[in-house]
Amino acid sequence: MSARLSEFQLVQPARIEDAIAAFVAKPGARYVAGGTDLLVNMRRGIVSADRLIDLSGVAGWGSIDADAEGMTIGAGVTIAALARDPIVISRYPAVAQAATSIAGPGHRNVATVGGNLCLDTRCIYYNQSEWWRKSNDYCLKNRGDTCHVAPQGKRCHAAFSGDLAPVFLALGASAEIAGVDGRRRVPLSDLYVEDGRAHLSLKPGELVASVHLPAVLAACAYEKVRARGAIDYPLAGVAVALMIAGGKIVMLRIALTGTNSRPFLLADVDQFIGKSVDDAMLHGVDRLVQRQVQPMRTTLAAAHYRRLAAAAVARRVVRRLAGA
Amino acid sequence: MHEPSAQYKKRLLRIKVNGRWREDAVADGCMLVDYLRDTAGLTGVKTGCDGGECGACTVLLDGLPVLACVTLAVRCEGRSVETIEGLAAQGRPSRLQQAFHEKLGAQCGYCTPGMVMASEALLRRNPTPTDDEIRAALAGNLCRCTGYVKIIESVKAVAGLAP
Repeated sequence: MSARLSEFQLVQPARIEDAIAAFVAKPGARYVAGGTDLLVNMRRGIVSADRLIDLSGVAGWGSIDADAEGMTIGAGVTIAALARDPIVISRYPAVAQAATSIAGPGHRNVATVGGNLCLDTRCIYYNQSEWWRKSNDYCLKNRGDTCHVAPQGKRCHAAFSGDLAPVFLALGASAEIAGVDGRRRVPLSDLYVEDGRAHLSLKPGELVASVHLPAVLAACAYEKVRARGAIDYPLAGVAVALMIAGGKIVMLRIALTGTNSRPFLLADVDQFIGKSVDDAMLHGVDRLVQRQVQPMRTTLAAAHYRRLAAAAVARRVVRRLAGA
Repeated sequence: MHEPSAQYKKRLLRIKVNGRWREDAVADGCMLVDYLRDTAGLTGVKTGCDGGECGACTVLLDGLPVLACVTLAVRCEGRSVETIEGLAAQGRPSRLQQAFHEKLGAQCGYCTPGMVMASEALLRRNPTPTDDEIRAALAGNLCRCTGYVKIIESVKAVAGLAP
């Protein structure tokens, strides 16, 4: 007999405005899309809800629209649909690569873009059964008062492990956020906060409605390091967008996931503009990554390994994109 | 804290299971795996990790493999679900099932229904998969006995053959 969920009411609105109204009307409500992240946490007693608002029936929620300006991806597009979309594959191959690397086929058929962007942060002290967490006095992220990863600290270090966010960041994406006060569009990086307990800047009732990718001329790729090649979260994931003209770098963005509580764009990469991709440049990338990632002991792999792996993957992807 | 349970009364779920429509009263919080096993009596659907990690509960929802342990039953309203029980015809296993038997793709057997359903979905979409395509399609299904080689040989054995 499997663990039963707490009793809740499922509502299935047809419009985003109705979904938000349903959220506001009931304290303790949660949005659910594919449910492959949320329902697992609910079954482990980490998350509870009196009302689940099913977003899968929301009109226009699952469409991909491309034009000369770029592409708008509805938050309800499934990961499988994203991975096999011919325009995504031809114009943003890194997005398809990242989508294919998410979980297994059974997850990708229902899991969504919005869900992957809003994925809860993960930690070996958090993603455990109720009895496991209880016997450890819980943790700072959930019901406890100590972060077992950094007991002296005041913050939660659970790591963000979505695979799409770094690619979208490298491509310069913005997110459209819908809420009680209407819609707002923000650079995707503004969606995230470096705090494992509250890593999304969404206000109560707000949800990601879509992601917009500008038309991109840069080459882009995503690669991740994971314990199991077949299916796993990234221990470190790196997306790189690189444009080279006349042998010199004219545009470079590097984004990381799996190492911090948020996905983030590597800072200070503009120092490489005008340079060529050579050993000195790659060494510089390596140093920047090692300095800016903050892996903690939130996975079974050592934090130091994830730091080195992130830097090595960043170097490798830059080199590959440059054809060097 | 919780409001009275009366508010969370069951709803009528209309769902096609292995080709037959049925209607059952189902609570909003009921998982598809529990509905299929406990209400529909289809115990070929296995509960493994119970958290979307092992693939033992893989069933086909409108022809696509999904994990029944992280799927709410009431979200399958009006949709078609296929389980391992739906593959055999007149008590005879399908060719794919027969191949798992003959090629020793099943050992303890616990992961087998999920493996077969994930393979079935692959073969319907791609009747002649390569080894890599088989591996990718079964990436979400864990087996602790076979080492996977015999499973991949089982799927290969029916690749290119009519079902």
